Amino acid sequence: MTNFNEERMQPWRVELRNSMKPKDRMEIARVKMPELDPEYRSHTMKEEVNLGLTPEMALMESKRCIDCANPTCVQGCPVAINIPKFIKNIERGEFLEAAKTLKETSVLPAVCGRVCPQEKQCEAQCIHLKTKNEAVAIGHLERFAADYERETGNISIPEIAAPLHKKVAAVGSGPAGLAFAGDMAKMGYEVVLFEALHEIGGVLRYGIPEFRLPNKIVDAEIRNLIAMGVHFVTNCIIGKTITIDDLLAEDYKGIFIGSGAGLPRFMNIKGENLVGIMSSNEYLTRVNLMDAANPESDTPVIKGKKVAVIGGGNTAMDAVRTARRLGAEKAMIVYRRTEQEMPARVEEIKHAKEEGIEFMTLRNPIEYYGDKNGRVTHMLLQVMELGEPDASGRRSPVEVKGKTELVEVDEVIVSVGVSPNPLIPQSVKGLEVTGRGTLVVNEETMQTSIPYIFAGGDIVRGGATVILAMGDGRKAAKGMNEWIRSFT
Amino acid sequence: MNKIVSKEYLSPNVVKFEVEAPLIAKARKAGHFVIVRVGEKGERIPLTIADANTEKGTITLIVQKIGLSTSKLCELNEGDCITDLVGPLGKATHIDNFGTVVCACGGVGTAPMLPIAEAMKKAGNHVITVLAARTKELIILEEQMRKFSDEVIIMTDDGSYGNKGLVTDGVEMVIKRQKVDLCVTIGPAIMMKFVSELTKRYDIPTIASLNTIMVDGTGMCGACRISVGGKTKFVCVDGPEFDAHQVDFDEMLIRLNGYKDIEREQLHKISPNN
Repeated sequence: MTNFNEERMQPWRVELRNSMKPKDRMEIARVKMPELDPEYRSHTMKEEVNLGLTPEMALMESKRCIDCANPTCVQGCPVAINIPKFIKNIERGEFLEAAKTLKETSVLPAVCGRVCPQEKQCEAQCIHLKTKNEAVAIGHLERFAADYERETGNISIPEIAAPLHKKVAAVGSGPAGLAFAGDMAKMGYEVVLFEALHEIGGVLRYGIPEFRLPNKIVDAEIRNLIAMGVHFVTNCIIGKTITIDDLLAEDYKGIFIGSGAGLPRFMNIKGENLVGIMSSNEYLTRVNLMDAANPESDTPVIKGKKVAVIGGGNTAMDAVRTARRLGAEKAMIVYRRTEQEMPARVEEIKHAKEEGIEFMTLRNPIEYYGDKNGRVTHMLLQVMELGEPDASGRRSPVEVKGKTELVEVDEVIVSVGVSPNPLIPQSVKGLEVTGRGTLVVNEETMQTSIPYIFAGGDIVRGGATVILAMGDGRKAAKGMNEWIRSFT
Repeated sequence: MNKIVSKEYLSPNVVKFEVEAPLIAKARKAGHFVIVRVGEKGERIPLTIADANTEKGTITLIVQKIGLSTSKLCELNEGDCITDLVGPLGKATHIDNFGTVVCACGGVGTAPMLPIAEAMKKAGNHVITVLAARTKELIILEEQMRKFSDEVIIMTDDGSYGNKGLVTDGVEMVIKRQKVDLCVTIGPAIMMKFVSELTKRYDIPTIASLNTIMVDGTGMCGACRISVGGKTKFVCVDGPEFDAHQVDFDEMLIRLNGYKDIEREQLHKISPNN
């Protein structure tokens, strides 16, 4: 943390701090991110809802940051971005320097600025909250700096150390694998990243829709990694196409597993296998990865008129907003708790509501009914109420005996969570796995029970966030580097 | 990558491809399948690996033209590349010395049966293959099947070749005359359903290799899910082979038809007359 303070005492920072009183900074209202009109955007598939800040807006917002001596926001960031430094660079007009600062610790700033739940992370620790003000819009500013760098064609490639002539592999090209690959490449390793699907990006590609994270952003970040020397192999399943032993035989010194939690959970209730009922993974993969809404695409997708999405997480919001865009007249969220307990980002819930999504809270499906062709026509919902708080302090839902509702639907998307992908744990002997199917790692180094295998992201955490996965990838890179150097 | 080394028509609508895929050729076992994608707008479809040559680094795929993607694939020629090819996927067939094994296959289902019959024969089983199709022209791979079978019984719906009747008639004929230790069935879902009902009556253990709708083929979506013994299973990772007597074939048939309307529309893309 010492260099944080050193940097803070640099003349330009001091000058900037003195140019305006903290009290005046605190009085500036938080800038609002311009957005597409809800009526318009609920009919357009690929246009991003959030339009980004203009340079003027970003300058104004950056002034709100008082450049604290003890920047608690940094502690709220899983990869500890030097937040005051990048924001103050925006304030002095050095937007490219701001972007560079982000890249010191994050390989995907344009992604994280868009999809991180900042209100639970960096922004939750902002000093403004202590005075009942709105937090500095750190996420918006991060996105601004990263977008500015990309759009002006000034993407800086991090410095790469002299080649070590040592190969390492990453399994899975989601945020964990990308972060790991970026850091290892910086240290001079030859990095090969193996992906089972035909495109790179994991959940950034097949899960998060373009109206929240445009593909061109993901493409740009990947091009950056390629420029850093990272090699990508698609259509290759480690454990099936080639094994971990094959990799060792090819002289890979270490292997990072970032294969995620891609196994969808179903509720195992009656009628759940009717036609028109699918996992959010299937629905979003069809629409995002396979571009099924595009008439030119060969992949079909059901376009329901009355669509129910079961669940209250970000994936549920993505699915229901996608259904709306594909023409659903009635797009519903069915959630067994209340809105307060929803794990989805506040912003996504707000956007969904503006787009006309109906929220049916304290409801839980218990059975589905179909027509003679096996297509779903109705769902039976159990009415719930909140009971006593459980050990974690969360009030658990209990059923209101005898109270049910029958609701018409023609498509149901089940989004009640995911489990770790069992493919790797099953194919590697001696890899320690928890009862939930996640890999056991040393939390400092991310090393598994097999010394040359490191792991991170959802395969270690279960379903979590993009930024936590990235943080794990970075920790694993550090851990693996130290481990490899310890015996060579 | 994934270059087509050879192409051959086995029947008017069935094409045999030999495709470069050295890693898959090395790793595959009987029962495994691959997912292929043709063109940048293409969909992902599952195809069973019918054979492999590790020295040449090739796998054999046998494709029946039934819809948009299979038609696109069948239009490819020697020297062309398949856009994406990933595998081997699924669980390999459980091969053992069971005794007498009846392989009941229909139409293009003969292709995925071929490596299973071969492995069963190598494991010391007495292999009887019942090979069925609507008419003589649609019987494929007879010669290859004879190589791995102690006996081949041909069944055609119209009696244009071999015996007249359905695959079930052929299987029942065998059951009535000798002890059968295991039946393996691959073909259209409706055919597997009837084979399963038949062997259940005679209490003969039966394995069916299921051909459900798939997207990723790696267990991440559940498009291929079916009910086996009342529990939901994913065909791509838990299968594709299951105890046929536990499979809810009626549910599977309904799910297979889930996109029928869209599929019919899609066909217009390649041939407006369809």
